[in-house]
Amino acid sequence: MTTINVNAIESSTSTLTIGESGNSVVAADSVNVNLIKDASGATMWQSNGSGVLSNVNSAFGDSLVLISTQTADDSASISFTSGIDSTYKEYIWKFININPATNSQHFGFQVNASGQTGYNETITSTFFRAYNFENGAAQALDYLTGSDQAQGTAAQHLFTSAGNDADKCVAGELHLFNPASTTYVKHFYATTNGCQDGAVTQNEFAAGYINVTAAITAIQFAMSSGNFDGKIKMYGVK
Amino acid sequence: MSKVVTTTVLPRDGWDTLNIGATGDTVAIAGDSLNTNVLQDAGGNNIFTSSSGTVSSTALQGSLQLLSSQTASNSASVSFTTQLTSTYDVYCFKFIEINPATDSTNFQMEGSTGSFGVTKTTTAFSAYHYESDSGAALGYEAGHDLAQSTSAQPLSGSIGNGSDENASGELYLYAPSSTTYVKQFYSKLNLYGADNHSGNWFIGGYYNTASAISGIRFSMSSGNFDGTIKLYGISKT
Repeated sequence: MTTINVNAIESSTSTLTIGESGNSVVAADSVNVNLIKDASGATMWQSNGSGVLSNVNSAFGDSLVLISTQTADDSASISFTSGIDSTYKEYIWKFININPATNSQHFGFQVNASGQTGYNETITSTFFRAYNFENGAAQALDYLTGSDQAQGTAAQHLFTSAGNDADKCVAGELHLFNPASTTYVKHFYATTNGCQDGAVTQNEFAAGYINVTAAITAIQFAMSSGNFDGKIKMYGVK
Repeated sequence: MSKVVTTTVLPRDGWDTLNIGATGDTVAIAGDSLNTNVLQDAGGNNIFTSSSGTVSSTALQGSLQLLSSQTASNSASVSFTTQLTSTYDVYCFKFIEINPATDSTNFQMEGSTGSFGVTKTTTAFSAYHYESDSGAALGYEAGHDLAQSTSAQPLSGSIGNGSDENASGELYLYAPSSTTYVKQFYSKLNLYGADNHSGNWFIGGYYNTASAISGIRFSMSSGNFDGTIKLYGISKT
């Protein structure tokens, strides 16, 4: 074995080659580098030097990709206006601890289609729920005709009559399929659980389609009146 | 082109860093592999670490993180008591082939704030259809909901214990570490009923406490069970 003791090895050109085919190159403790490529030059990942990666090869990670997180802090609405495109065939929004400022308001969403203005696309949908009072006085599974739509352009309810007490909240998820399609209507379904304005738990289910063939490029979440706190995360499914 | 042939290159005596290439250079590993236990970026931030093939990487992980997988084998209960923290906003449990030892028993869960028996209010409904086509319906399941109760929450109706009978499904639990809000959850499960029907069960509710939920325990309403339960965290970042 021969050993060279130096502090730096530099290339006389712009490429320094270490080892040759069939060799294993061993780095005893760690290798520090910002850009990793395979032997063909395909990028595996790139770091900004502060541990934040970009251009990560799609082979890493899993099928659920976090695209964006927004936090509502006494906000009138939360909008996602970028990142909804043909990259994914399914998008999921997760709602975490949604707490309205005004009691008994509905949490909902609307979308904007490419080439249009405003969050007001045509929706046909269904809505049903299960509820149970904390005192056990009443419980049921029922359809809510006031929260479905028939070619309506209003906000689609995701949770109805949310309570605004300090410990009350709503959580759930919305799935939207292939928003970039310019051929088909866009299907969605949602499940939420939350605290109604009374001492009531509600498990609510909305589903339907946005009856446009134009691509959906933006989505907005809001209460039917007043502001709200909470966190909304947008994921793409590979 | 100049070439150095050697088997080992070490930092000069008294140094612990060996620089290969200068800014702007491309360093090509012409060999077949680069073997190292730690790969960091130029700022010294870990991209991954490895210990005997067990790799840890926050930077390269996906959004759905498998935190734990437990297999029940004629077990009375399966508990997850260390994974529910503020690391994730959303946790997902997957139930795979839950097969009870005792026929016609419910699969159920309990939450813990340090001890099991947390107050909760819940809803329950199901759709069912018999193999004989003798009945099919959708309805609220008043016998399976809870109103400010500390009892275990059924996640299903009566599961059959035949060798091929089982239930599978999933449960989402939101922000269990919050010390501000109640803790919302909902589940969906399909079962093979003890009387030969398909049952699709939906449970929703909240742990009515502002204390953190730190543990979840699964069991049957009576007797032991087989099956696999996996716990996932859905990444915050």
